[in-house]
Amino acid sequence: MARFRGRGMASVNYPIGMNLGGDPSQALIHSNPDGKFTVALSAIDLGQGMKQVTRQVAAETLGVPVEDVYVDTADSDTGPHDMGSFASRGTHRMGNAVIAAAREARGVLMEAAAEELEVNAADLVTDGKGNIHVKGAPSRSITVRATAQAAQFKQGKTIAGRGIFLIPLSSVDAETGEMNPNTAFAHACLVADVEVDDETGDVSVLGMSSAYELGRVINPKMVEQQLVGGAWMGISHALYETPEPYYPNPDHGPRDFNEYLMPGPGDLAPYSITILERPAPDGPFGGKGPGEMCANPVLPAIANAVYNAVGVRVNDLPITPEKILRGIKANGGAKPQHRRGGAL
Amino acid sequence: MAKVPVQFRLNGSDRAAFADPADNLLTVLRRGLNDFGPKYGCGQGTCGTCSVLIDGELRLSCLTLAAACEGASIETVSGMADGPNLHPLQNAFMEHFAAQCGFCTPGMLTAAKALLDRNPNPSREEVIDAIAGNICRCTGYEPIIQAILSAARGMPAQRRS
Repeated sequence: MARFRGRGMASVNYPIGMNLGGDPSQALIHSNPDGKFTVALSAIDLGQGMKQVTRQVAAETLGVPVEDVYVDTADSDTGPHDMGSFASRGTHRMGNAVIAAAREARGVLMEAAAEELEVNAADLVTDGKGNIHVKGAPSRSITVRATAQAAQFKQGKTIAGRGIFLIPLSSVDAETGEMNPNTAFAHACLVADVEVDDETGDVSVLGMSSAYELGRVINPKMVEQQLVGGAWMGISHALYETPEPYYPNPDHGPRDFNEYLMPGPGDLAPYSITILERPAPDGPFGGKGPGEMCANPVLPAIANAVYNAVGVRVNDLPITPEKILRGIKANGGAKPQHRRGGAL
Repeated sequence: MAKVPVQFRLNGSDRAAFADPADNLLTVLRRGLNDFGPKYGCGQGTCGTCSVLIDGELRLSCLTLAAACEGASIETVSGMADGPNLHPLQNAFMEHFAAQCGFCTPGMLTAAKALLDRNPNPSREEVIDAIAGNICRCTGYEPIIQAILSAARGMPAQRRS
């Protein structure tokens, strides 16, 4: 009886968004009398960082400080329509909608400032710190706050913008079966090293390394956070989690968190990540967004690593000790596969 | 069933509430005393997000009868900050991006505080052991472990209580 090491690899080409009758997101932006901006979205931030990313995108496009933008989300009764937060579409779809809305709002903002400064709006620039001034003449300046107040109380203008981003439905070509449902793909490759015990069927993940190509990384710390957390969820899906261990037989299904297995803080594997940035031509500042693909390559990489270690190909998840032991038994023992290269 | 009065200290203030004898502490904190820091997750003691300190001991408020807390001193995550100054653990959680959706965070912070109160210089293994009763779905735990270790390193002795 022994523990066998194995290495597995997986690559992912990950499409951003959906093709369900078209994939639109809308955004509305308006200024408040204090010169700050409210972005209204119906998409929800479940913790993935969509609020922060759209806030940065709005601030950058408007030309105002990030602190001066508030993103209000998730009231689908009153907000502009959105398909929702899924399919890793948040950064790409909502980011683009926010850019469109912010551009329109910025246009009105500059017109209002031009009226106050008695210049041509085309000659004005923002400094990103809450001021608007004449290009090349920083002293001829007005604050965004004063502009917002002048627009509201003197000029009778709404500094506001509407934005929509739509990927239209791509129909299947009847002749060829061809379709083009996605405009942006993110990419990843992940390598997992595991150790498999041929007596117990237990799998330990010893370490993982990945490279992710995500377009422009709009918030690097949040991307790293999502990749780390998502990889943990990938390990969890690969080796632990199932509500139906003997599907379709419902027996022995977990009833609560005591029985629904997930790795805990003591089951973590060292994980090194490399981020590659190839801005997407149609992404907000080139962004695509990591989303679900944080977890996706972990599953096939671990499945391949288990095969590499003991020669058992498990085709349904999770890869439980029982399935591994049955496979080893069917093969007449552990059959380590050929291995190249050194330790990860 | 007749309600019973229960009095305890909550985050340093004397508080009183009428509780059903079968009410758990979590219910009384959230519905009776409007302390929404501890969260209602599983309601059966397996997720840890309702964690509070009762007389300095880490406890699951969903499994603790409120009436049994008569005269106790209870600390929740809502009392961790000192006015506008966040507890070093709270700062470390922000700096290390140790929260995504935030639902586990009250329990994680409370479990971490219980650890540092009794062991100011924990090892990584001791940190892992301390949060083993708290489930997090987003972070993969590593940022939380790093935040707690970092807070322990950076905390002056007088701020540790």
